[in-house]
Amino acid sequence: MSTTTDPGTEGGFRLSQLIYDTRYRSTTFQVIAVAVLAYCLYQLYGNARQNFADADLNISWLFLWEPAGYDINQRPIEYNSQSTHLRASIVGAINTIIVAVLACISATVIGVFAGVARLSNNWIVSKMMSAYVEAFRNVPVLIWILIIFLAMSNAFPQPRAFRGETPDAEMLWGMFAFTNRGVYVPSFVNDGAMATIFWLVILASIVGVFAYRRYAKKLLYDTGRLLPTGWPSLAILIVPGLLAYFILGQPVGLENPELKGFNFQGGVHLRLSLIALWFALAIYTGAFIAENVRAGIQAISKGQTEAAASLGLRPGRIMNLVVLPQALRVIIPPLISQYLNITKNSSLAIAVGYMDITGTLGGITLNQTGRAIECVLLLMLFYLCVSLLISFFMNIYNNAMKLKER
Amino acid sequence: MKKSVILGALTVAGMAAGTAGAATLDDVKARGVLNCGVTTGVPGFAEPDADGVWQGFDVAVCRAVAAAVLNDPTAVEFVPTTGKTRFTALAAGEIDMLARNTTWTFSRDVDLKFEFTGVNYYDGQGFMVPADLGVASAADLDGATVCIQTGTTTELNLADFFRANGISYEPVPIETGSEAVQLFLAGSCDVYTTDRSALAAQRANFPTPDDYVVLPEVVSKEPLGPLVRHGDHEWGDVVRWTLNALITAEELGVTSANIEELSGGTNNPEINRLLGSEGTLGEMLGLDAEWAKRAIMAGGNYGEVFDGNIGEATNIGLARGLNAQWTDGGLLYSPPFR
Amino acid sequence: MSDNTNNDVSYVRTEFLEPSEPPMAVGGPVKWIKDNLFSSWFNSILTVIALYFIIRIAVGVYPWFANSVWGTDGLAACREILDGATGACFSILQERWNQMLFGFYPSEEYWRPIVGLILLAVAAAPVLFWTLPRQLLYFTGIYPFLAYWLVYGGSIWFPILLLVALCLSYLAYARFVKSSFVGAIAVFIIAFSVLMLNPLGGLLSLVSFVATQLSQLLGGGDVTVDLIIGDRRLSDLMPLFGYLQGWLDGSFLGLALPEVTTRDVGGFMLNMILGTICVSLSIPLGIVLALGRQSNLPVIKGFCVIFIEFIRGVPLITLLFVANVMLAYFFPAESNPDLILRVIIMITMFSAAYIAEVIRGGLAALPRGQYEAGDSLGLDYPQSMRLIILPQALKISIPGIVNVAVGLFKDTTLVSVISMFDLVGIIRGPILGSTQWTGIYWEVFGFAALLFFVVCYGISQYSQWLERQLATDHR
Repeated sequence: MSTTTDPGTEGGFRLSQLIYDTRYRSTTFQVIAVAVLAYCLYQLYGNARQNFADADLNISWLFLWEPAGYDINQRPIEYNSQSTHLRASIVGAINTIIVAVLACISATVIGVFAGVARLSNNWIVSKMMSAYVEAFRNVPVLIWILIIFLAMSNAFPQPRAFRGETPDAEMLWGMFAFTNRGVYVPSFVNDGAMATIFWLVILASIVGVFAYRRYAKKLLYDTGRLLPTGWPSLAILIVPGLLAYFILGQPVGLENPELKGFNFQGGVHLRLSLIALWFALAIYTGAFIAENVRAGIQAISKGQTEAAASLGLRPGRIMNLVVLPQALRVIIPPLISQYLNITKNSSLAIAVGYMDITGTLGGITLNQTGRAIECVLLLMLFYLCVSLLISFFMNIYNNAMKLKER
Repeated sequence: MKKSVILGALTVAGMAAGTAGAATLDDVKARGVLNCGVTTGVPGFAEPDADGVWQGFDVAVCRAVAAAVLNDPTAVEFVPTTGKTRFTALAAGEIDMLARNTTWTFSRDVDLKFEFTGVNYYDGQGFMVPADLGVASAADLDGATVCIQTGTTTELNLADFFRANGISYEPVPIETGSEAVQLFLAGSCDVYTTDRSALAAQRANFPTPDDYVVLPEVVSKEPLGPLVRHGDHEWGDVVRWTLNALITAEELGVTSANIEELSGGTNNPEINRLLGSEGTLGEMLGLDAEWAKRAIMAGGNYGEVFDGNIGEATNIGLARGLNAQWTDGGLLYSPPFR
Repeated sequence: MSDNTNNDVSYVRTEFLEPSEPPMAVGGPVKWIKDNLFSSWFNSILTVIALYFIIRIAVGVYPWFANSVWGTDGLAACREILDGATGACFSILQERWNQMLFGFYPSEEYWRPIVGLILLAVAAAPVLFWTLPRQLLYFTGIYPFLAYWLVYGGSIWFPILLLVALCLSYLAYARFVKSSFVGAIAVFIIAFSVLMLNPLGGLLSLVSFVATQLSQLLGGGDVTVDLIIGDRRLSDLMPLFGYLQGWLDGSFLGLALPEVTTRDVGGFMLNMILGTICVSLSIPLGIVLALGRQSNLPVIKGFCVIFIEFIRGVPLITLLFVANVMLAYFFPAESNPDLILRVIIMITMFSAAYIAEVIRGGLAALPRGQYEAGDSLGLDYPQSMRLIILPQALKISIPGIVNVAVGLFKDTTLVSVISMFDLVGIIRGPILGSTQWTGIYWEVFGFAALLFFVVCYGISQYSQWLERQLATDHR
């Protein structure tokens, strides 16, 4: 619109037009910006080149293919000390994802529970939840991680305490062992092809539950007939699995941890570092999610609830059909950004020695090879990719959930 | 106007430009302070006391160099470094020398481009276990949980040892030594492994030291010594020969008690050359004649530094062992001052 | 009617009955308890469970406080006194409180950070509560320089000259801002760099660089460009104020506090310093980034988007690694800035990216009409931003900015991972490592958590108060 006021070029091009003429001004500024940026980058690059030349160093990625030489305790994939640094980094990356996923799930459960409970009309419950939220939101997560780690390592018994005629400590139901090296839980033992079939049946029944619920909804919208969803879902989930388990001859068993030598053997070992990190992240982020959930529910105007009630809906249905679908739209975006925070905060693993990617690539590999620049760059690249992936899915979901306005 | 915009902005960035690569010795002299990288805290070797004053065996090396170069053993800025940051700090010029329990290895010397200026402590990696575990040898540790302090060669030695013996273990990597000790004392790991000197130092400070034993195996060679950047040979020589001066002083019987008397001149020409009453050794280093005298006076000769910080009289209680003079059956053998 | 009172009609009351208490079931604490704790069977169960937990925690924690031991010189002595009972060993707080608060700061100089903290309250007050007299803002402007001098010591002339240079540059800026905002900014930068920096040196090195490249391209040798007057290089005379400071320090006016090295500044004080500096620096940077991201100049917008998304995509700890192990390579070996400076740079960039997103939200929330109103008044971009858009957008963004600030303050504990002795670092390093305190953790970490809780809870209460204050304007 302002171009109409610009003078013509009849007087020829003057230098001052570069800054006063809106047609050229934006180009001028951008050229200046690029020049400044290029100059700064050049300075940094030049310094780095000079420093590297002085110290006789170079940038090389070959170390990634050399044997790492160190062991990692939590190995989701095959790894030993002769594997490469690259493989050690991948092990670390998977460990990052493991703790992030565990923490995201538990933080959501804790957060939703605390958020709803905080709105409860039970005075003592809502005050307790306020105390929880304030206490955890206002203290650095690093302190929580360290407190949980040190408290567990001092409070739980050593594996040795489980030994002897009258042991100082006993396993819970003979299946779970809580030690100061972590928690040992039973693992599944699969017995050949039958086990595969069994797991497929379980998977199929989970899919079945969703299909049934979808069908019930469709029926409700099309014909108005209301099918019960509670107990049939439960039945679909459990009955085929049980049948398959006995028909296939009990192909899947539980292996309980047993004390052998220095440690418990068998079962799954949830290491202290994993638990400390997982719990701390879950409880800390849970406090934030609780606030998001509370804000989301409070954002739904009271009129919605009252309208639903005046239509004769029961309180449970008001929550499920009216309030929650609308509240979710408010809750989901901050929830996703909390998931992002969990993923990024999981890098604090380094404080308790959990071997995530910061512990392997950014820790021992960096120490042993001394390739600081390469390791830190790769580390940032990994987190950047994970963040961008999560944001990408968040945007897809957001668009799908967005209120379709007409 | 527009021209000025460019120039103004450029000069702000141009502030970062400058000349690089002056000799470290000149830099230190000009600065008046020696930047010395140490650990974040290992009892006996480098540890700030309650007043924040750094004490220890490695710290004494820094002080000796500062005394030799700057004539002031307190003109040292101690830069605490972790296993992760120490090499970058040195390579990037943030510190002038690193005296931080650093093992002299091929790849650090050749690939990381550092220059080890000698060995101030011959160490080896060992294992410590609770006595009531009933373990007599490291070969019995199959399946044990092992606490390791990360950022050292310890992880690699450990992996090699267990691999060579065909037994399994569960590593628990811990960033700082104090946290590793906490876990070990709480029983979160069966074994604590690090250099035997550090094991002894930390065991001495346990509430009940007798409940813990150090296993006889030494699974690695750990020559620990100060290091400087590759390429700056003048500076490397200063650090190397300061360390050698401390060792030679012990060999020749020069102590902080008799050094004043000896520096007046003796019948032993090597003492005279060391203390500067004869020859021009200091000048060759780019220092004055009394550099070695000041270095020795800073904390005494090697033996005095050892005894004062980690020796049997201290609560660390380390025996000289490999770190005795070659004349006493140890490995300390300084090249001659001539 | 009046004579009725004289009649002796005994069944007519002459005074009111005292209203009787409502029945127990519908009033007083019983009703409150019934309504709030046992309104349904489900609520009753919840109440019982909650009470159970509270009692469990109280029973567990009470003896810990009740039996607490003070005044011993080690954990072993505490355990001896407790003799197996549960109890805290607060002696460690007694012995090490100074390290936890001040790091290795020289103890005879503690008054300096304390005065700094008190003055911080004075300086922050006019920013936080705008009912206070505006003149206080002048003190806020002086405070950073004063605080720097108090905490780190050294010559007083450096902060004063820096302040004077900034003021002079600002005056030059104010002279030109009416005619052209961009021009005024340029004047500001030039004035400041002439006073405090070495613009000639930078310029000459650039010219020299270009000339060298050209001459190498054309097959010539290296070229040095320099201005020499007499036997002195002109660029060596810069910076002007550097000379002035040297002269003032040497004169009878030289006023200096004992210098404290940056490594000795630690403990909770370091967290406070990092938090305050980085938040204050990142707000202007965040505004610039947010405006840049909204800009319709593709290059500038692209740069801002990449910067913001990159910073927000990586954890702070990796940026601290950059500060600690990478950044050193990108500065000339000699002018290698102090670790704390590098950390401040990285944390500021980190929080600026988050603040930029908050402010972008504020900008987006403004109705389109506000932008158009600015255009229709004939204001150019800087004017409409400064006078119309930003004041409103910032006001909306304040609660969000405070949230970022609280988060950032908590994140300053991460510097302990790169071997800086902040509160957590000093606990994990020297305190837990010291031989007489091996095995202690609840007391020290509880103390640390309490310190952070007090500050962060205070800020978040302020933020809620502010939100209420701001909300009234819209209703």
